[in-house]
Amino acid sequence: MQVTVKYFASLRELMGEDSSVIDVEDNTSVDDLWQSVTASKNVAFDNVMMAVNMEYVKSDHQLKSGDEVAFFPPVTGG
Amino acid sequence: MLIEIRKEPFNAWQELQSYQEGLKITGQYGATASFVGTMRDFNEDKKVTHMTLEHYPGMTEKHLNAIAKEATETWNLLDVLILHRIGRINISDDIVLVATWSAHRKEAFESCRRIMEELKSTAPFWKKEDTQSGAQWVEKNTSGY
Repeated sequence: MQVTVKYFASLRELMGEDSSVIDVEDNTSVDDLWQSVTASKNVAFDNVMMAVNMEYVKSDHQLKSGDEVAFFPPVTGG
Repeated sequence: MLIEIRKEPFNAWQELQSYQEGLKITGQYGATASFVGTMRDFNEDKKVTHMTLEHYPGMTEKHLNAIAKEATETWNLLDVLILHRIGRINISDDIVLVATWSAHRKEAFESCRRIMEELKSTAPFWKKEDTQSGAQWVEKNTSGY
């Protein structure tokens, strides 16, 4: 199945792209995807925040086909 | 209720005045609490010349609405206003305005504080500051409590 992955702020710069469509296997968690995308680009990043379909999720959240996944650093608005 | 993300500069006090004048709850509210966040020219001993504020289109709006909804479910509020800048921010620009209206001060004070603290810790915005030593992302917000 395919999911769309988006990156924001400093993480977007580290990853060198703002989004991509990625093939993942069934029963993939959002953390599995995070480990996979960072390993493929040899990126180390602590304190990542994770969202699926624009809602915060825990790292063991299971992905579904067509999900929009977002990875980003701690937020600094206001 | 109004929740907006603005690319253009705004004057928080003018926004607050014009929004309140448009409210159809005259006589009902006895308390208005507001918070205005404004761009400084320094951060952690560094001189800052300007900054850029990024957001996650779609999620940021959705999340701000959820924060406001949670506040209206927790306190007896008559209205909520949240404005937040994105894009290039100059020194002394207003960055954020949060205001709440209620019959009594307890609800207004507490809800305004909660909305602001939730926004600071969970709403998807990111600041990149331009300093004399180059541009750098702000790594975390200062603690509010």
